[in-house]
Amino acid sequence: MTRGRRWRVVVFTIAAIYFLVPLISAGEFSLRKPAGGYGFANYLALGTDPVLLGSLLVSLQIAVLTAVLVLVLVIPTAVWVRLRFPSVAALLETATILPIVVPPVVMAAGIAFVQANLDAEPFRSLFASSTTALTPFYVVLALPFAYRAVDNGLAAIPLRTLVEAARNLGAGLPSALLRVVLPAIRSAVLGSAFLTLALVLGEVVIARILLYTDTFPVVVIDVGRSAAGVSVALTLASLVLTWVLLLLVSYVGGRTTRRTDA
Amino acid sequence: MTSLLEAPPAPTESVARPARPWRAALGLLPFALYLLVFLGGPLYFVISGALSDRSGAPTFDNIIASVTEPQYRLAFASSLAISAVTALVGAVFGVFLAQAVLTSRPTSPLRRIVSTASGVLAYFGGVPLAFAFIGALGQTGLATLFLKGVGIDLYGLGFRIDSLTGLGLTYVYFQIPLMVILITPALEGLLPQWREAAENLGASAWAYWRHIALPVLAPALGGATLVLFGNAFAAYATALALTSGQIPLVTNSIASALSGNVLADQQNVGLALGFDMVVVIGVVMVGYLILQRRASRWRAR
Repeated sequence: MTRGRRWRVVVFTIAAIYFLVPLISAGEFSLRKPAGGYGFANYLALGTDPVLLGSLLVSLQIAVLTAVLVLVLVIPTAVWVRLRFPSVAALLETATILPIVVPPVVMAAGIAFVQANLDAEPFRSLFASSTTALTPFYVVLALPFAYRAVDNGLAAIPLRTLVEAARNLGAGLPSALLRVVLPAIRSAVLGSAFLTLALVLGEVVIARILLYTDTFPVVVIDVGRSAAGVSVALTLASLVLTWVLLLLVSYVGGRTTRRTDA
Repeated sequence: MTSLLEAPPAPTESVARPARPWRAALGLLPFALYLLVFLGGPLYFVISGALSDRSGAPTFDNIIASVTEPQYRLAFASSLAISAVTALVGAVFGVFLAQAVLTSRPTSPLRRIVSTASGVLAYFGGVPLAFAFIGALGQTGLATLFLKGVGIDLYGLGFRIDSLTGLGLTYVYFQIPLMVILITPALEGLLPQWREAAENLGASAWAYWRHIALPVLAPALGGATLVLFGNAFAAYATALALTSGQIPLVTNSIASALSGNVLADQQNVGLALGFDMVVVIGVVMVGYLILQRRASRWRAR
């Protein structure tokens, strides 16, 4: 047993060094002042720079819309597959791998072609602003992990029993979904919403190629050309914030499960 | 009060009743249509643009240019190399990390930390990671200065964070978490009975892994490694943030061909490069599908 414990210690030590050193270094770098010494000036730039603040609002708006669309697409589909159509589960799992491996730059190339060459109505309003243009495609990028997270959540609850009980009590399928299934998988739902936030706060490729330069990650990179410290500070802050949110969700979710077990 | 005693009307159809296949398929329609329009649509225009010239007439010239011109060959070579190396490194270390987490106590906070951090790191994309690595291993980075202090001068040895090596080091940072996410279900599928049976027959831990666990896991491991390969092959944000686009990568060539600061004809060559990438990804996905089918053979029901 001691041998078994020893290899774990080695693995965790290497992982801790590899994963923590860059984060700690980034933290140190972000606190440096140009004149020497340390301070929070780089973080405070977010409050004083109207361009940065505006871009954060744009990205948060995109994130909320993306998360809602993703959940509306994913939850009914995942429930439907588990209840009525288990034979396609493997196929759908494969379909959700696609957006991981299809390069965003290739997607962007196709979208840019439409943007440049088709000027008819549905396209004109689609490309009107960064929110309308980017949200539909961020939904595609967010689908793989959202589907996985929601499906894992569904696997952990007695889905068929819950839905049948709700329907025996007279609920229609939509209200069973909304009032019974959704609360039961709320931590998976919140988890995928926050991962969507992570994606939107990190995506630069499509935004940059389609020339929507007013989203947070694009502005942060541009700021980095003149003030690297600000870029490092703000990306680190968004990374840590998302991770803390996810950690909170996992604790809240874990606690409720234990309470229902008792 | 009588209303409470009245039985609610029986649902017109039971949930458990197997629906007719075409009706069951109807429920998948919104999801499938969405992917078709917003993923299939862009891919369609990439492929059709790759196969036509600027006036729209069909031609193979773009495709031929995209695989014969030396600059693109170099880009493909380094893209394939960095994807293969980081996929292998990420896969090997990711398996060890996932197994270490799985065999730790279920209540340990380590589990939550690793699983939530995996999600964030795997999906945040490369931008924060690029900046973190600049902070660590850039010219004035903390790790660089520390190593210099103990006598290892990285930059004196020719290391640069915006080189292919530096980029690869950064890729591994999101490859390992993705591997942990992808492989954990397969590791959980290893039934304890198999290990117990092996031990009862006198097998050592090594013999169990060599003759039972690894053969069972092999298809899942291969599939996950392929996804990692595709993930690195598709990545561009890290390179964009780390190097502002000087490293020869296919994604980089596509972006600069599209941005129009080169010849106008290059736009269709950019789409052709995209087409080439789609072909590579297609091969990867076929391999993944075959392995996935094998992997499900042992999945516990």
